[in-house]
Amino acid sequence: MALPSKEIRQHTIAVLVDNEAGVLARVIGLFASRGYNIESLTVAAVDEANNLSRITVVTSGPEMVIEQIKAQLGRLVPVHKVSDLTTEGKFLSRELALVKVVGLGEKRVEALRIADIFRARVVDSSTSSFVFEISGSTEKIDAFIALMRELGMVDLSRTGVVAISRGERKL
Amino acid sequence: MPQQQMTGAEIIIKALVDQGVEVIFGYPGGAVLPIYDALFKQNRIRHILVRQEGGAVHAAEGYARSTGKPGVVLVTSGPGATNAVTGLTDAMMDSIPLVCLTGQVATHLIGNDAFQECDTVGITRPCTKHNYLVKEAGSLARVMHEAFHVATSGRPGPVVVDIPKDIQFAAAPYVAKERVTRKTYQPRVKPESRDVRRAVEMMLKAKRPVFYTGGGVINSGPRASALLTELVRLTGFPITSTLMGLGAYPGSDRQFLGMLGMHGTYEANLAMHGCDLMINVGARFDDRITGRLDAFSPGSRKIHVDVDPSSINKTVHVDLPVIGDAAHVLEEMLALWKAETKRPDQKALDHWWAQIDQWRARKCLSYRQEGKLIKPQYALERLQALTAGRDTYITTEVGQHQMWAAQFLKFEKPNRWMTSGGLGTMGYGMPAAMGVQIAHPDALVIDVAGEASIMMNIQELSTIAQYRLPVKVFILNNQYMGMVRQWQELLHGGRYSESYMDSLPDFVKLAEAFGAVGLRCASPDDVDRTILEMIDTPRPVIVDMCVDPNENCFPMVPGGSAHNEMILGDQGGAKATVSDEGKILV
Repeated sequence: MALPSKEIRQHTIAVLVDNEAGVLARVIGLFASRGYNIESLTVAAVDEANNLSRITVVTSGPEMVIEQIKAQLGRLVPVHKVSDLTTEGKFLSRELALVKVVGLGEKRVEALRIADIFRARVVDSSTSSFVFEISGSTEKIDAFIALMRELGMVDLSRTGVVAISRGERKL
Repeated sequence: MPQQQMTGAEIIIKALVDQGVEVIFGYPGGAVLPIYDALFKQNRIRHILVRQEGGAVHAAEGYARSTGKPGVVLVTSGPGATNAVTGLTDAMMDSIPLVCLTGQVATHLIGNDAFQECDTVGITRPCTKHNYLVKEAGSLARVMHEAFHVATSGRPGPVVVDIPKDIQFAAAPYVAKERVTRKTYQPRVKPESRDVRRAVEMMLKAKRPVFYTGGGVINSGPRASALLTELVRLTGFPITSTLMGLGAYPGSDRQFLGMLGMHGTYEANLAMHGCDLMINVGARFDDRITGRLDAFSPGSRKIHVDVDPSSINKTVHVDLPVIGDAAHVLEEMLALWKAETKRPDQKALDHWWAQIDQWRARKCLSYRQEGKLIKPQYALERLQALTAGRDTYITTEVGQHQMWAAQFLKFEKPNRWMTSGGLGTMGYGMPAAMGVQIAHPDALVIDVAGEASIMMNIQELSTIAQYRLPVKVFILNNQYMGMVRQWQELLHGGRYSESYMDSLPDFVKLAEAFGAVGLRCASPDDVDRTILEMIDTPRPVIVDMCVDPNENCFPMVPGGSAHNEMILGDQGGAKATVSDEGKILV
């Protein structure tokens, strides 16, 4: 049998959990105590009737570690389902960011122009500032932020990644 | 018919009774007074009053491990809960089923730094399999039943239920355990038949196989041990066991190679190193077992049977995982093996056994009992000889004496050996022995101890006296924290920094002060007499066995070494070289 790959890869994992006190602490505590990476983690209630929340966690590691992460998540009592979106077919992942840019004159105009190219929306404005709302892949948001940094970005808030599989398959 | 309302405290007691609990170990305090009041008004459940909460948890562990039933603990909030943390962690590491009820300040006070408040669920989250804070009396019965389900199913472990004082007073309906269903956490116990079939195929092709079994077999119940024994005998394969797995296969059987790992036998470790097929049943490739990972059993294919999927490929990559409970897997394996017409290559097996017998002839556990000092190995060898034929339960503390006990005592049946394996908790043995004795009132229960470890929970002698438990404490007194001293000798140039204990108590007088019998033995000629007197005394006994202070525990696979780089006792262990990488490993 081939040895598992040592190559470090990024994985996006969706976890369906009971929406109860402390469940996020359990998941985060697991990652912290076992030394796993968290590159992004988001959580929100998704099923009020069954009292379920969905956690999307982006992590990275060699294959053995990723398998461990999934197995460790799977044995937490409030966890219903663990799905490795990265290995289970195609999936979509999106983030949303709010980006505040302060400036006057040409920089302000340039910020607006670039926002337009990225399809970012202006959601707040003063005579010397904008707040842009942008959603898309992590790469797209990273690129937008890199440009805004040069144009007077003073504040940034990102949601982290939410993800879902393509096609008919459900979690 | 409207459901009958009960107080929270009554619900707790009823749930315990319905779960078949007969005894709980605990210590009262402000935040659990309603539960103690409910205990007072009933006679179904026996409460054992310990002297410190840590003792209650270890006692419950001993009870659980010797009976296969969950151990139950009841402690108060704040320090009651924090004192329980070591035992909970111990149970977590060794997969012992416990339900620990902790009192909590009233719900409206939570988060206010109230008197004897602590964040029990926060503190115990990483050291329990699961924990609950019960915020409404209506969910108390469900949580209680669920706690037992979680503690005992799949890979067992400790569960904490934190119960605020107002919830203990509040009225709510009781929910019977049959009516509680859990949507999540239904661990699979039956393996994929395809996997078992592949395992048997691999076993049939093996030329140098070895069974490597662990605590998972014990946790699976006595049936798993019986199935394992039958399978091992049918195959004719050699078998070795982890510290936690001792007793799953008869220790005196010819096919048993002894314990493996850091202080395992020469033959067990070399068989692991040289095998072409390793059949791991219920063990977890712990670092005490594997030694240097990249040199661990380099030429073998590996089968790993475990009920916990997170044990698979955690440190050692295996060729065939079989997810399932040991008894289920072994049963299917055995059926397939019996139905199979093919047999393994007997010539190859004979050759393998000849090799193993050569390793065995090395007599790696030999020592010389000469002069006036008692060798600790001799004391244990005599203990083994003089208790043979009895159904003896052994607990230990942690250190050299623990490893010697594992090497020299023979366990023929499961659930007879209680030791702190994963966490290595000094002070475990005496309270654990207490729990064992409560479960088996007429059995011979012996805590093999060191003089340093025994001091860590010495207060429990008072509990032993109160309940007239005839526990025997067999102290191998070498005046040192022996294992620390041994490592300092091997790794730190013999600088015995703080490993010698000055001003030890007079253990004989100490025993007497607690109402026990104290026996001292300082000469090899008196060892047998002392042990027999200990066995024949129908009261708690402390034996102060004054042993050679400088004896080291061998064989030893030092940190960072491979199984075939073992130090043997007669090679002058002190001259062993350990790499710098090895030194950083504990």
